[in-house]
Amino acid sequence: MFQRLDTAATPTRHVQVWLDGEPHRVAETLTVAAAVLQLRGWQGYRRHVDGTPRAPLCMMGVCQECLITIDGCANRQGCLEPVAEGMRIERQGGDIHDG
Amino acid sequence: MKQRDFLIVGGGVVGMAVAYGLARAGQGVTVLDESDDALRASRGNAGLVWVQGKGVGMPRYAELSLESAKAWADFAGELTERTGIELEYEQRGGVDLCLDAEEARSRQADYAELQNASRYMAANFRWEYLDREALTSCLPGLGETIPGGTWSPHDGQCNPLYLLRALYAASRALGVETRPATPVERLEATAGGFRATTPQGQFTAERVILAAGLGARQLASGLGLTAAVRPVRGQVLVTERRPPGGRLPTPQIRQTASGGYLIGDTHEDAGLDKGVTLAMMQSLAEKAVRIYPDLEAARLVRSWGALRVMTPDGHPLYETSTTHPGAYNLNCHSGITLAAFHAEGLAEAIRDDRLEQSFPHFSGARLHVSAS
Repeated sequence: MFQRLDTAATPTRHVQVWLDGEPHRVAETLTVAAAVLQLRGWQGYRRHVDGTPRAPLCMMGVCQECLITIDGCANRQGCLEPVAEGMRIERQGGDIHDG
Repeated sequence: MKQRDFLIVGGGVVGMAVAYGLARAGQGVTVLDESDDALRASRGNAGLVWVQGKGVGMPRYAELSLESAKAWADFAGELTERTGIELEYEQRGGVDLCLDAEEARSRQADYAELQNASRYMAANFRWEYLDREALTSCLPGLGETIPGGTWSPHDGQCNPLYLLRALYAASRALGVETRPATPVERLEATAGGFRATTPQGQFTAERVILAAGLGARQLASGLGLTAAVRPVRGQVLVTERRPPGGRLPTPQIRQTASGGYLIGDTHEDAGLDKGVTLAMMQSLAEKAVRIYPDLEAARLVRSWGALRVMTPDGHPLYETSTTHPGAYNLNCHSGITLAAFHAEGLAEAIRDDRLEQSFPHFSGARLHVSAS
């Protein structure tokens, strides 16, 4: 499981996001991918259309492995989207549109 | 070092198809390629195996394209058998869209003229103009404003990166030596053949084949070969993976085996700049949505530019040096479609040193005004 470093734990505000329908409070400085990794770890992050498990790799917008549904829009790059108050995040389980 | 039969300068899809063909015929081949910062047209193209539109104004090129497309299924099958690599090749026909009435008219006139000029094309090139309504069965969801397009059963598509990978694997298994990161700085004739000078040392062979794409501009003239090629940039957009649309490929847009749509048929003179421009990407995206309105919500995941290799008249160049016998120059911008031919007929003609006799239409002579 991922943990935030103590040294990174400068006072930050938190926002409430919904991950797969459940409410969570996360630091507002996180991206969606980082928040999901912190809350749930990499396992189960995403399932590729061919059935294989995938998770964020580069965390900088290149590898396309962090695709995730944000506010109803599929295949957003989770590592490029900051979390926001009330955001609804759904992990993609290998639906046909899943990249 | 033991002298090889052939040095091939350029490890793109043209050089590797010929390397594969020569090695299959028992020749010893060394391929010298540049590094990953090279221009690499073979890694930026859309992967069409395409007959339509080829050789308008040069019927022999149209014939060659059709012959190669017909040979592609066996070519792909053999490569897969040798390497286990699937090329995602399919030939279910293709449609070249006409975006307005004038394009529809001139396209049909072009094809009629081509078939007038070539008995082979008249007998073997099958095509039909289909209006929008007739097209919707092979292009479901086609936009309302597209008037029609020309359909041909010969057209198809492959994954060009898997093709290149398979050519490398098959060639290496046949004993071809491939040298990446070995850019050729100088080519010269020796007493018994040719010598290439690279930062990695010298390589010699009895004969040399230039398949260097735009690199011909630096290397060709020293061996009496044609250096006149120019870059024509194409920009490509790729969407996220989408459900299989059951749509035939078009030069404007095609859905790949993994679900993404490849969008791009731009032609620009941008020098050696492989970049993309916002204006061109916007116009590509607009056209894609005009063709398939359901793509309006599609997310783009990547874009890139690549440089086509254009001879002065746009047709392939298969050239034998008259000043340096044993030196050849191959250059074209349809290395995917012609790959089956390059591995077979072209490689054999080079092996037997009868390129000019077998393919006189493609020699460099047509490009030269008498210089002396």
